[in-house]
Amino acid sequence: MAKMTLEELRRLRDKKQNELQKRDIEGKDSRIIIGMGTCGIAAGAKPVLDAFLEVLEEKHIDNVSVTQTGCMGLCYVEPTIEVIVPGMPDVIYGKVDAATARKIVEQHIIGKQLVTDHMFDRPAADIIKKDGGK
Amino acid sequence: MAFRNYILVCGGTACESSRADQIYQNLIEECKAQGVADEVQIVKTGCFGFCEQGPIVKILPEDSFYVKVKPEDAKELVSEHVIKGREVARLLYDKESSRKHAKVEDIKFYQKQFRIVLRNCGFIDPENIDEYIAREGYQALEKALFEMTGEDIIEELKTAGLRGRGGAGFPTWMKWNFSRQAANDTKYVVCNADEGDPGAYMDRSTLEGDPHSVLEAMTICGKTIGANKGFIYIRAEYPLAIHRLEIAMKQAREYGLLGSNILGSGFDFDIEIRLGAGAFVCGEETALLHSIEGHRGMPTPRPPFPAVKGLWGKPTVINNVETWANIPVIITKGGNWFNKIGTADSKGTKVFALTGKIRNSGLVEVPMGTTLREIIYDIGGGIANNKKFKAVQTGGPSGGVITEDDLDTPIDFGSLVRIGSMMGSGGMIVMDEDDCIVDVAKFYLNFTVDESCGKCAPCRIGGKSLCNILEKITIGNGTMKDFETLETIGEAMKKGSLCALGQTAPNPVLSTIKHFKDEYLAHIVDKSCPSGTCKKLVKYTINAEKCIGCTACARKCPVAAITGERKQVHIIDQSVCIKCGVCMETCKFGAVEIH
Amino acid sequence: MSIVHVKINGIPVEVEEGTTVLNAAKKAGVKIPTLCYHDDLKPFGSCGLCIVKQEGSAKIIRACAAPVSENLSVITHDAELFEVRKTILELILSNHPSSCLTCIRNGECELQDLAVEFGIREQPFESRISDRPKDTSSASIVLDPEKCIKCGRCVQVCQDMQGVFALEFIGRGDGTVMAPAAMLQLEDSPCVRCGQCAAHCPVGAIYEKDETDSFRSAVKDPNKQVVVQIAPSIRVGLSESFGLPAGTVTTKKIYSAIRRLGAVAVHDTNFGADLTIMEEGSELVARLTKGGALPQMTSCCPAWVDYVEKYYPDLLDHVSSAKSPMQMVGAIEKTYTAQKMGVDPAKLYTVAIMPCTAKKYEAIRDEHMHSSGYQDVDLVLTTREFARLIKSSGIDFLHLEEEEADSPIGEYSGAGTIFGATGGVMEAAVRTAYHVVTGKELEHIEVESVRGLSEVKKGAVDFDGTPIRVAVIHGLTHVKEVMDEIRAAKAEGKQAPYEFIEVMACRGGCIAGGGQPYGANDELRVERSAGLYADDKNSKVRCSHHNESIHKLYEEFLEKPLSEKAHHLLHTSYQDLPVYKA
Repeated sequence: MAKMTLEELRRLRDKKQNELQKRDIEGKDSRIIIGMGTCGIAAGAKPVLDAFLEVLEEKHIDNVSVTQTGCMGLCYVEPTIEVIVPGMPDVIYGKVDAATARKIVEQHIIGKQLVTDHMFDRPAADIIKKDGGK
Repeated sequence: MAFRNYILVCGGTACESSRADQIYQNLIEECKAQGVADEVQIVKTGCFGFCEQGPIVKILPEDSFYVKVKPEDAKELVSEHVIKGREVARLLYDKESSRKHAKVEDIKFYQKQFRIVLRNCGFIDPENIDEYIAREGYQALEKALFEMTGEDIIEELKTAGLRGRGGAGFPTWMKWNFSRQAANDTKYVVCNADEGDPGAYMDRSTLEGDPHSVLEAMTICGKTIGANKGFIYIRAEYPLAIHRLEIAMKQAREYGLLGSNILGSGFDFDIEIRLGAGAFVCGEETALLHSIEGHRGMPTPRPPFPAVKGLWGKPTVINNVETWANIPVIITKGGNWFNKIGTADSKGTKVFALTGKIRNSGLVEVPMGTTLREIIYDIGGGIANNKKFKAVQTGGPSGGVITEDDLDTPIDFGSLVRIGSMMGSGGMIVMDEDDCIVDVAKFYLNFTVDESCGKCAPCRIGGKSLCNILEKITIGNGTMKDFETLETIGEAMKKGSLCALGQTAPNPVLSTIKHFKDEYLAHIVDKSCPSGTCKKLVKYTINAEKCIGCTACARKCPVAAITGERKQVHIIDQSVCIKCGVCMETCKFGAVEIH
Repeated sequence: MSIVHVKINGIPVEVEEGTTVLNAAKKAGVKIPTLCYHDDLKPFGSCGLCIVKQEGSAKIIRACAAPVSENLSVITHDAELFEVRKTILELILSNHPSSCLTCIRNGECELQDLAVEFGIREQPFESRISDRPKDTSSASIVLDPEKCIKCGRCVQVCQDMQGVFALEFIGRGDGTVMAPAAMLQLEDSPCVRCGQCAAHCPVGAIYEKDETDSFRSAVKDPNKQVVVQIAPSIRVGLSESFGLPAGTVTTKKIYSAIRRLGAVAVHDTNFGADLTIMEEGSELVARLTKGGALPQMTSCCPAWVDYVEKYYPDLLDHVSSAKSPMQMVGAIEKTYTAQKMGVDPAKLYTVAIMPCTAKKYEAIRDEHMHSSGYQDVDLVLTTREFARLIKSSGIDFLHLEEEEADSPIGEYSGAGTIFGATGGVMEAAVRTAYHVVTGKELEHIEVESVRGLSEVKKGAVDFDGTPIRVAVIHGLTHVKEVMDEIRAAKAEGKQAPYEFIEVMACRGGCIAGGGQPYGANDELRVERSAGLYADDKNSKVRCSHHNESIHKLYEEFLEKPLSEKAHHLLHTSYQDLPVYKA
């Protein structure tokens, strides 16, 4: 990627914002985002990551991206992950381990059902989104 | 197939006791009865954290937040919301405006937390600059480079009222302004990422989760004061944060957002990372700057202040990570948006690392003015294991303890000082009845003594003396005169130490003496530790009802303190006992007890 | 410089911008207590005694470091400040042994002075004294960690003032010590023995090796004849030890004192200085006319010589081969003087009173210092030791009659006496070299351009058409600039823009050497130097080459400058030394 001018930066920003929205509306890709701050890793986020990759491959699911993020603010229930599946609410799961990862893929991603025992709320509104995070 | 609606019923303890289970059952039945059982998933979740308005029911995807729900409301919720798609207004939180139209600043209340500093943490992949850019990233830099003058930026910060988050709370606009006005061709911008307080990890999480926020902020500062070079001084014990920063800097440079001729503006600014080497004192700004210069990390007297004479004698703005993370938001949303949050003397939010004997430990970011009780009980979920709250320690090794009486104090820089503690960098450690307060003071003093650079006499000698006295007290050799000595040395350290490490090192001791004198007296006069923590002060006794006289303990005792015939109850001679605990380990019948 | 208005305890004072609160207070007649502060050093802020309050604020600032600001108003003394300062002092004392009576600084100790000022009557805090042993590895300086109060002056001196880096802060917190890197012994460190650390130490933690007992034994020994020489700086330095104003010239009383102490002859190192000028001046002329490394650098300062051997061994060929005046006198004493006196040189015990601690090492450096066949200088005593010796011998110094030194080694020119001040060697050399090169006498023999406390003084003296470019440097940390110039020029096969360079390790020159009376600051340096310049003015003979006794020595004994005999007795060589002896 080359050095940008002001206009190029603005265009990139718009492009990225649209991409994110498009994903929701057109229902293309699902995302699993894993909290990979030091607390998450210390609590066992790496095996969780590996478990997701393993199960997704096992089930031949290739439209789910698995990425990382920082502290979600739910340190007391690490490892935490966010699951974004089009048509379903974005959900945060905590106290995730390899077994839960499997359950999430099977129940939530494939079965479109929430996995009840591990659901947690984001602790605060998103100040970047204009409406606070809907 | 996905469900049309998801109904979340809060299953937290408070809601449970208000019949959440009944609500849950009724909802299931109503869905069945009204024919939408296949389209709705009803789940019980953990606590939503808004217990005073419970029972809570949340319906997705509309994100409708229903409060004070009764079991009989289940019917209407299904018929109106699920089937007709109309929210049940009377049950919605905040009747004046439904969530769809609420402005961001109105939403925060039920959740108590308001994430400005941590705005991107948990939302973006910190190793992907595009995601940062998509969430208004580098928009502040655009404004700062092309639409604002240095004066404009200072004005915006002044309006915002941001105060340094490293602990001192110095007005950020003023610090930047001193450097801006200092006449010099060379100036520097420094980020203090040497977070050293035990139990504090706010800066680590910010750097791991949103490194670009700091890079962008430092670049804006460079433009404001006329600096082209920045340093991030980060403790070597944060390898992941260092790694993420390096990636972020590389990506920013590739995009022309760092380095020469940023965004074609003609402004150059680049940043270098410098690692710490295990010295808490290098979090003190002058010691930090000397460490960057390659010298021993020891503080030097201020004035002159770094803003005027800092790194290599040049004007230097040095701010804490959290302070930096606030800057881009202040520029994009404006100082007026920022100053509406918080209290009169402290604007914005503060990130606290809530740890200790608390149920929900972790990072919390709250508007200034939130009370300690709200943080500990509403956000933190109260004391773990149903124990009794004893005290909360804020400000790390520089702070004091706060007791039950002061829990309703709204937190800000001034109020915490008034109740004998301080904000510090944001550590908040909760203690319960099982914690020995003298031991806590001793722990902090051991820390500051260990980390003292040794330059100035009050801290180097005074700190060690305080530590020795506390040690004495915890092993049963304390005297009443110790109170006076601790007080005298404490005062000398507070007024005579060269830097805040020494000046604040006596705080934990002096504060705990003030609030928990009885516990100290127990240690000194009664030679006993009420919480059972100070090993040398506990009494080992044999419970006559459990002892079967097997003589095992008497044989193991290294000082022959236990007497007793076979099959007779044994007795421990307290004057001989050295409290090693071997008898307790040996007894298979649980007859040896601690007091 | 703009004027700033401040109030000290309500007293209005006007001072220049940039003045510290400490110095502003002095103007108001207020003495704020200090311990770690020293005029020669950047304010350090470690002791905490100089804390003062800002009126109308809870802020406490350190007066030694805080610059004044317009309308600043400070309270320097009140009950609270007194209590805090006293507690700090008691804490420092709790780390310090109570062995004043047997300490070398008894009566001359800054910590004692403070204990008196604060009326210390008890030790309320638990005593914790270091048990680290003394470091006596050096020939010149002793380190006593037990007494160290961690004020940091020695490290600042060694690193910032001298650029030697023999001492460093090691460890941290309560375990901090001031010692050479890797806790090596001083002798194995870069230490050049300049003694500036000892001169700045407020207590008895660093001091000169005391060898006064050797003097007493020698004088008592019927088999020894004691001969004493005094350095230029002694005549203006000793006065302070007896309560006289700084810079008072007491030469003739000193001669008298020496005889009373039991010496059979009194000599003056100034004679050696004149001799040095003859040898070194001739050497310079030889380099200028016949060839040799230029610029030539002086060699009379043993700390400077050690510094070159360790840090700039590639430039050793620039250092003059001439010995120092002290060593020249010693060599002459054990040959020429012994002959003249009809004394077996083996029985001659030569003593030198020096302002310098490094000279103790110089006397035993290598075989060149035994050129007479015996150790040329048997004992070096610093000014401070000399003062103690006089005081312990029942001599009422102030009321002594004035006496003359013995001839010929006691006769000197004004050029010789100014050796003690920075620029003095240069000035003396110029006076004579001018004559040697041009055949004429220098009209303005007082060369103002090389005088004063400017750290690197550069100038050019016109040798009747030939410009001789000189540089005069004092304080070892300041040699870098010029040494780098020489190295850079050398790398290109050229000569740096100088012909002659004088270096004194100690700021101000020997008059503020490591062995001189305590308390040297720039004010004192100026006053002591002024005494020497006055001595020069009052001298009958102003140039080394006009010293008749020098001529006599050459006629009778040495033949001429740079002769074979002169080379053997009065010249030396140097070696590449490791900075650290691991």
